[in-house]
Amino acid sequence: MNDMTVKHHLTDDLLMAYSAGDLPEAVNLIVATHISLCDECRASLDAYDAVGGAVLDTCDTAMLSPGSLDAVLNMIHAQDSAVTDRPTPASRNDSILPAPLADYVAGGLENVKWRPVGMGVKQAVLPTSSEASARLLYIPAGTAIPDHGHTGIELTLVLKGAFQDDDGYFARGDIEIASEDVHHTPVADISEDCICLAVTDAPLKFKGLVPRIAQPFLGI
Amino acid sequence: MISADALLSDCDPTPVANGLKMRDSKDDTRAGSRILNDGMHNDVALWVDDMCRIRDNRDEGAFIKVFQHFGPRVKAFLMKTGMDAALAEECAQEVLVTVWNKAHLYDASRASPSTWIFTIARNKKIDVLRKQRRPEPEDLPWGPEAEPDQEDVLGLQQESAQLGRALRDLPEKQRELIEKAYFGDLSHSEIAEQTGLPLGTIKSRIRLALERLRHSLK
Repeated sequence: MNDMTVKHHLTDDLLMAYSAGDLPEAVNLIVATHISLCDECRASLDAYDAVGGAVLDTCDTAMLSPGSLDAVLNMIHAQDSAVTDRPTPASRNDSILPAPLADYVAGGLENVKWRPVGMGVKQAVLPTSSEASARLLYIPAGTAIPDHGHTGIELTLVLKGAFQDDDGYFARGDIEIASEDVHHTPVADISEDCICLAVTDAPLKFKGLVPRIAQPFLGI
Repeated sequence: MISADALLSDCDPTPVANGLKMRDSKDDTRAGSRILNDGMHNDVALWVDDMCRIRDNRDEGAFIKVFQHFGPRVKAFLMKTGMDAALAEECAQEVLVTVWNKAHLYDASRASPSTWIFTIARNKKIDVLRKQRRPEPEDLPWGPEAEPDQEDVLGLQQESAQLGRALRDLPEKQRELIEKAYFGDLSHSEIAEQTGLPLGTIKSRIRLALERLRHSLK
């Protein structure tokens, strides 16, 4: 499922923060989804996890309470007698949604509850903690998403099709990381409809009246 | 003492590159000897061996060693991320139970035992402190038949040891910076660049292993 053509990657900051476990759930989701499609970033993550392991190795120790070992041995004994072969996860053969994302839409693309937001664009907000929000966007081929800036960071990962904006051409697996100062108008490639996962950690600021009115409905 | 199974297993630590063989009849006291001069690589190899014995043989003796070494480290790690001692104790116990229960997922060609245990402790932290799910990347489609390459296992051990040494040798301030990043003080920017940790080799090794794996699956 990994085509080795990913050109736009996660930053080291995001990879390290994901490894450390410091990101909001929605950001974790987009990081995990990108890594599912990108061996380069998977290898980077493993390297950052290795740093975490080295930190664990070299950090201080805190004495465990005296009954700790017995408690743990009791727990593993109690469980071992109950352990059966763990159920294999339901096969997810969704060719568009990698596993971490499929988990958030109860299986596959066909289960996404799309809501129209105008101009043929549809979205589905995913259930994550409120520090940041994650949504799937469906953008018909050739359609432009309104020009917008944002107060926080906006991450956009392409799952199907492609889009183009000032920062370049983004196809499946590519992630665009737009910081506060970026105003951009992504346009979906004409060849096919585009599906993206978009994560924002603060409301978007749309330029122009109509998008501003639309914003409360978009919920972004 | 080396069981026949351990000799046959893919992660028998004996054939290390420098030819040193540390595992012997003094096995049970070796925790103290793991500090010996350039023993770090051997240390990693020994922990790998213990993890594999837990995984393959459900070896409780090996588990107790892992518990005694990593338990206090996991507890300290969790306390630094903001848990009080009682909660950290409870969570550290659960982390070690997870080590036992998920040992079948341990892959010596992808993570050293400390790395693997770190990821379990980190997930516990997210679960308990942030009360969130943690989306994880999709597993690579390697089945049980895909035995890890012995060269990858050894290479990863060497690089993990190298990384550990590099971390230990960092100037105090830089090491603190990294620890803070992993303990959740949100200061990761450009840490890798500032500290010059040798992430390049470990990254390219993992990358190569992934490529080889992908080829073998075609």
